[in-house]
Amino acid sequence: MAAGAEGEGGFAIHPMDQFIVKPLFGDGGVGLFTVSNATLWMAITVAVVSLLLIAGTRGRALVPSRVQSMAELLYGFVRKMVTDVAGEKAAPYFPYIFTLFVFILFANLLALIPYSYTVTAQFAVTVPLALAVFISVTVIGFMKHGTHFLSLFWPTDAPVALRPVLCIIELISYFVRPVSHSIRLGANLMAGHAVLKVFAGFAGPLGIGAVLPIAMMVGVFGLEVLVAVIQAYVFAILTCVYLNDALNLHGHSAHDEDEHHSDYIGVHPDSHAAH
Amino acid sequence: MASETEPTGEGVVEGAAHGADTAAHGADTAAHGAEHGATGMPQLDFETWPSQIFWLVIALVVLYFLMSRIALPRIGSVIEERHDAIESDLDRAADYTRQAEEAEAAYELALQEARSKAQEIAAETRAEIQKKVDAAMAEAESRISERTAVSEARIAEIRDEAAASVEAVAADTAAALVEQMLPGSADDAEVRAAVAARLG
Repeated sequence: MAAGAEGEGGFAIHPMDQFIVKPLFGDGGVGLFTVSNATLWMAITVAVVSLLLIAGTRGRALVPSRVQSMAELLYGFVRKMVTDVAGEKAAPYFPYIFTLFVFILFANLLALIPYSYTVTAQFAVTVPLALAVFISVTVIGFMKHGTHFLSLFWPTDAPVALRPVLCIIELISYFVRPVSHSIRLGANLMAGHAVLKVFAGFAGPLGIGAVLPIAMMVGVFGLEVLVAVIQAYVFAILTCVYLNDALNLHGHSAHDEDEHHSDYIGVHPDSHAAH
Repeated sequence: MASETEPTGEGVVEGAAHGADTAAHGADTAAHGAEHGATGMPQLDFETWPSQIFWLVIALVVLYFLMSRIALPRIGSVIEERHDAIESDLDRAADYTRQAEEAEAAYELALQEARSKAQEIAAETRAEIQKKVDAAMAEAESRISERTAVSEARIAEIRDEAAASVEAVAADTAAALVEQMLPGSADDAEVRAAVAARLG
């Protein structure tokens, strides 16, 4: 959009400008309490979620209205995800996971409105989110199991000689979790929105030839809608997987979406040979 | 849960970044002027992190309380209520089905009863009629036999009378014949005895 204004000098595309955090009022820097575009879009996200889930369910209708059935669908979806992946023991943490899911989902979807701001493309947002999950899951693990929680890192079904090596791998993969958890979300959103902006930049100076980049934008936009939903889902389901590890150690049949369990595949034949 | 752990994690980042924030405040205005030419990743501009994290924590805490205190209990209870309502409706439907089945059974029973009663009544009536017919028959028969007896008696009487008349007529005729053939010789009593002997 900015490219259109200064389009004379060829392609002046600044795909990353959309991620700049700017104060809403005044022109100064961004201090701790500065109300910025980030503040605005977080507030809009909270407002939209509240509108859907609180105002939309005000009727408490036995036969739900359209908005209420959307809210119920969302509730049922997350509820099922939490209990399917992490078991019934995870029920007390359902509001927490639900909050994370709807916040990310609506931040992602609202970011697709033209001229909006992408809250979840900021590592300043995704890193605290992932760290919050990492820290709370670790705390829950130690609270539930005490030091026995450390057995998560000691694969007893592997040959004794391999266990220290696997332990190191497990430890690394455990501490990499918040990194991958946050980068996955932030980078996906950032890349998609940057691509959209690049095509938009092409469209400005091309005149009638802009049909091509606009067609591409339509396609990429569709893809971005998909990414917005999938990334929120992935963030939430990984939270459930981590929570499952903490609650049930290796007990419950977790959906092994994460990378660290693939290490076991090569080990299993050895463990059988050892017996 | 996280709202307790998060501020500690944030505090570290914030504390580190806050100093940088104030220090880079002057540099910011310069950066702001060159905003349109930003080439790096604005996400890595750590100067904006404390503010973003601050507002994120507020947004998440507010959202968490709205969800866990209002939205989720409400939706949960609505779903529960609906589940209960459907369950009770199904129960009621099963109840009605059972009642209908009972009514049908009662109806079948009543029908059976009515049918057997009808048969009973028919048999009774038939027996009664038979009895009446029998009685009438017996009466008729007795009357007929009575009449027959009376008639027979009368016939016998007439026959006896006739027989007596025959004897008398025969005696008279014989006496008349004798009178004609042998006038004055006939003894009335003798003729009569001879006729009676002849008639045997």
